[in-house]
Order: sequence, then C-alpha cells, then structure tokens
Amino acid sequence: MLKHFIGLQWKSFFRSATFKTEIWFKILMALGALYFIVVFLAMGVGAYFIIEDMEIGDPLRVVNQFMIYYLAFDLVFRYMLQKMPVTNIKPLLYLPINKNKVVNFSLGKTVISFFNIAHAFFFVPFSIVLLIQGYPPAQVIGWHLALMAIFYCNNFINVMVNNQNTVFYVLAVLFIVAGASQYYQWFDITAHTQPIFDFFYDIPWTAIIPWAVLVGLYYGAFAYFKKHMYLDGGLAKKQTEAKTENLEWLDRFGNLGTFLKNDIKLIKRNKRSRSAVIAGAFFIFYGLLFFTGALEVYDGPFWKIFAGIFVTGGFLFSFGQYVPSWDSSYYPLMMSQNIKYREYLSSKWYLVIIATIISTILATFYIYFGWEAYAAVLVGAIYNIGINSYLVLWGGAYVKTPIDLTSNKKAFGDKQAFNAKTLLLTLPKLVLPIGIYAIGHFLINPMAGYIFVAVFGILGFAFKNKVFTMIEGIYKKEKYKTLQAYKQK
Amino acid sequence: MITVHNLTKTYGEQTVLNIDHLEIPKGQSFGLVGNNGAGKTTLFSLLLDLIQPSSGYIINKDVQVDQSEDWKPFTSAFIDETFLIGYLTPEEYFYFIGELRGRNKADVDALLSNFGDFFHGEILGQKKYLRDLSKGNQKKVGIVASFIGNPEVVILDEPFANLDPTTQIRLKGIIKDLAAKEGVTVLVSSHDLIHVTEVCERIVVLNKGEIVKDIHTSAETMKELEAFFAG
Repeated sequence: MLKHFIGLQWKSFFRSATFKTEIWFKILMALGALYFIVVFLAMGVGAYFIIEDMEIGDPLRVVNQFMIYYLAFDLVFRYMLQKMPVTNIKPLLYLPINKNKVVNFSLGKTVISFFNIAHAFFFVPFSIVLLIQGYPPAQVIGWHLALMAIFYCNNFINVMVNNQNTVFYVLAVLFIVAGASQYYQWFDITAHTQPIFDFFYDIPWTAIIPWAVLVGLYYGAFAYFKKHMYLDGGLAKKQTEAKTENLEWLDRFGNLGTFLKNDIKLIKRNKRSRSAVIAGAFFIFYGLLFFTGALEVYDGPFWKIFAGIFVTGGFLFSFGQYVPSWDSSYYPLMMSQNIKYREYLSSKWYLVIIATIISTILATFYIYFGWEAYAAVLVGAIYNIGINSYLVLWGGAYVKTPIDLTSNKKAFGDKQAFNAKTLLLTLPKLVLPIGIYAIGHFLINPMAGYIFVAVFGILGFAFKNKVFTMIEGIYKKEKYKTLQAYKQK
Repeated sequence: MITVHNLTKTYGEQTVLNIDHLEIPKGQSFGLVGNNGAGKTTLFSLLLDLIQPSSGYIINKDVQVDQSEDWKPFTSAFIDETFLIGYLTPEEYFYFIGELRGRNKADVDALLSNFGDFFHGEILGQKKYLRDLSKGNQKKVGIVASFIGNPEVVILDEPFANLDPTTQIRLKGIIKDLAAKEGVTVLVSSHDLIHVTEVCERIVVLNKGEIVKDIHTSAETMKELEAFFAG
C-alpha cells in the first residue's frame, strides 16, 4: 500500500504541468535549504561559546530561557510555510483502502518535513558541544530527546490548527504581547517557562512526558483527519455568507475601476490572496532589523537599500509576483471578454502602485532612525514603482502556476500562500538596485547612491508606455501557453 | 457572420479538427453535435481565440479572430465554469460583465428581470458566491451572462447538460427567440440530439474533427441523426 502512495506522490510531482519551471525552483530551493543548514550548524556549534562570552549565565539555561520564543517562531513559520499533507484524498475515499492507512501516510509524510529536520542542525551540534564541555551525558540526552518531541508536537499542532485562522491569530497576538511585555519588563514569560525546559535537563527521565504528549497529539491529529474525511466534512468547501458590494466610488475610474473593484473583492474574499496581502504587510517591519542595528551583518551600506525595497515592496512581492495567476481560475473568461490586455495589466499595475504608496506612508516611522533610514525607504519606494512594478508583471507572464484561490478545495487546504518560491523570484529585483547604489556610493558618496537609484526609478516611470507595450506583447505571446497551463489544476 | 477557412488543429501527430469551409450566416441558430473527441469544444475554443489554429483561420464579421481582438465586443460565450468568477455573487458577476460590455446597472437589471422564470428564485439575492452554487445554477448564471450587452454572436458549449428539465425547456425557448427575433447568431453544441433538433435550424455533425453532415433541420432530421450515431 505504501508503495502505491509513494508512487502517486512521485507521479504527481514529475507529471505536474509546471514541472519544467518547478525543477529550477526546486534546485534553487535546495540551495536555499543548504544555506539555512549551514547557518543553523554554525549557530549550533557557536551558540554555546557566544553565550558564554556574553556572560549572561549557563549557556544551556539561557537557551532554555528563550526556548519558548524559539518554539513560537517555529509554529508561526510552520503555519505560514509548511504544506499540509494532501495526498489527493478524494479519489481514494471509495477505493478499498483502509482509511487509517491513508491518514497514517498523510501524517507520516509530515514527519520527514524540512521544518522538523532543520532543528536538528542546531540542536545536535549544540548538544555535542555540551557533552564535550563536560555536561553529564544522561541529562543532556534527556533534554535533547525532550526537545525533539516538542518540535514534533509543534508539527502536529500545526496540522490541526492549520485551517483555523482564529486559533492562529489568537496565539500570534499572545506571543507578541508576551514579547513586548518582556521587552518593556512588565512581565517576563520566560521566567515561567524556563523551569519547564530546565526540568527535562535536571531530571532526564521526564523526557517521557513530551513523548507521551507527542503520541497523544499524533492520535489527536489522526482522529481529526479521519473524522473529517467526508465530503461534507473536512473535504467540503467552506461556504461563507456572501454580500453583494458595489464599491461605486471606483466607478469614476472607468474600465480601470471595473478591474480594481474585482481585485479588491478578490483580495477580500479569498483565503489565499488574503494571506498574501497580510504577509506583504509584515514586510513593513522588516526594516527594523536593519535600521536598529539589531543584526551586525546588516550594518553594511547596501543593506539600507535592500531594506528600503522590502519595506515598501511587501505587496509587490507577495501579490504582484503572482499576476496573472490570481485570475487563473477564470482566465478563459478574461481572454474572451471585451477586455484589452493593456487595461487588465494597468489595473494590476495601479494596484501595486497604490499598495506601495500606502506602505511608504505607513513606513514613515522609520524617520525615528534618522533621515537616512527614511531616505532609503523613499528611494526603495521610487525604485519599486519605477522598475520593480514592471518586473513583477513581466515575470508574471512566465509564472504559469494556477492558483487555487479557495485552497479549501484541496483536502484540508494547503498553505501555499507564502511559499519559498515567491521569495526566490524576488532576488533579481534586489540585486540591481544594490548594484546601482554601490556605484554611486563608492564613486561619489552615499547621497549620490540614493540619487542614482531614485533616478533609475523615475526613468522607469517615465517610460511606462513603452514598457507596457513590451509587456503586453509578451503576455499576448504567452497567452495560449498560459491558458493551457491554467487548465491543469 | 462567421466563416471558417481551411481550419486545422493538430496536437503532435493527431489532427483533432480539420474543416475546409464552413459558413454561418447572421441570425442562424447553429447546432454542433458529435461524440466525445469530435472537436466541438476545440472549434469553439478556436472561435474565441483560446487556442491557436495549426493552419487556416476564422473570420468573425470581417475580423480574423487570431489576429485582432475586435471580435470581442460583439461576441460572447459560456464554455465552462472557467468563465465564472467564483468569489463574486451572481449579481456582482452580471454587473462586472455588464461594465465590460458598456452596460450600466440599470441595463443589466432590466435584462435580468426577463429571466426571473429561468432563475427560478435560486440565483439572485441568495447570499452565496458563485463558487458555492450548484453546477446547474452556475450554468444558468454563465448562460444568462452571455446575453448581456446585446452580443451578435453567442457561443454556448453544452448548455443543456446539468440543467433540470424545466430549465432545459425554458432555455430552448430563449435560444429560439434570440435567433428568430433578435437576429443573434447562436452556436450551440450538445450531446442531446432531441434538444438540438428542436432548437437549431441547422445542424452540423462533427466526427473525428471533420464535418460529416450538414443538415437543415426538418421533420426527418432526428431519424437521420439517430441513424448516424447508431453507426
């Protein structure tokens, strides 16, 4: 039976319509994964000595103290990135296959996910360093095993809460509040959670407890999946009460308004696009890592431009990247309706521009970190509007992955809303402005670097008509291929 | 209205459509029948420029469809659910199509008021998105949307499938009226020989991509078709 399941997985991967582009992405993603492995390994080996140098206490205890945040971030990352175990369950339902087997396989697949294994690259070397440093082996191993179980607990918690946005947001808010109150020293959650993790170290046999919890969670997830394996249960489409909205204030923009209205509804009413926009909004805070000097590696001059582009380009990257795939489920309609390609593209372009401007306004708080910080944000915005807005539309012509807006359609939904591929596609859009900035920075001064990037953006803006004609041509050329690719879900 | 010239469509070695010549005059109700894989949907997709012809071309009222987009304003279609926008309510969808075709809300409402019977109270004001409607109701929405904006050519692929008997009968009336009273060229494909013979004044039979029969509908048509398909 297992052989059949694995065979199905294999085929669905190699026979997917977008395999050709996918394989390149897969290679790039593998490289990305490798990068993280190296980073984690280095951290695992180095963490002990860094904490020791900082003289804030026993490294193990310090790690235990912040473990709760580590776990919380782990959960958030999983929620956003980890794909749910979907093995095309529907067609298997009426076949003579034991339901337990289907569920076990689906859940088992999540165990070997990168999200679980990644932690080993930090904790295994860390534990080895502990042993070398003369910590008692039995206790270290007990602690290690306990944590391993806890990460797998996270794995199954994620499986169960994946379709419940409210649970996720409540947890997220709780942790943000906890983090903030710790920072302002109102309330220190770590003081209460540290003993738990210390406990596993002090009395190693208690590692059984998280393993027991893990077994419990596995059965919980198992029961949850099994219970919902009905067409009117977890496999059913969720129905929400619909409300007709007119958004008449957009009518004044003529045909453009017609599309904008549709795009606003698209974003509001579909899980997938909503998550993309929310993910985009978080980018506004990304600059904090750079401008606060929180991370030393980001102190170089180019990183400011990098930050500026990300801060204002969140929507551009998370939503713009996937034009026209957002309309994939009704692309034939768009192509045979009374629509000019140019109008269609313009409406998407305006949407990206409006979002970029809003992000720029929201990011005004960076002035707090000095004029240079906000200058970087402004320059980033100009570059995003002038150059990157075209680049995403252009790139979109080649991204032929159909998007399932109601990801509920697939069993239990898969969270592709914010996946690693999207982030990878953004790299070329970042290297160029950094290069331009570097030229100005080194030949004249930082100010000139900013001006260079801004001039590039403004030039791009000025050539809008020309660029649009070009992009329109590419879309027309790709039209039939795109239609074909969108057919395959 | 529509002229097809030496049109072929091949995928690799396989020719799925091969039509030397076909002319559909204005105001004709044109029926296309054939078994699965006969090329009905291929022909309709070519008419809408959703796929590219391997050779030959189609002229729709002086416009070559794979060269210019100027056929779009007077042509409308409902092929399948990819012509629906799932996250809109039926009303929003009708208004959206209306706006694209230069019709304001009042125009669309006026048109919709003629279809109260057809909708059977299950479409408008239901607080449901299109994606949550049943297949049959989705189809009704798509078909009615293709009538918005006084198109001169209406293309419907399998309009009778998935509809309940009452609606089928009403739809037949609507299609007949469109062609007879308003001079609209209606292209319909179907597997249901009875419906097609009732609705269409001309029936073309496709078999393996080629036209094998071109019949002006009469009392004997049904027999002729049955004889053909019984093999």
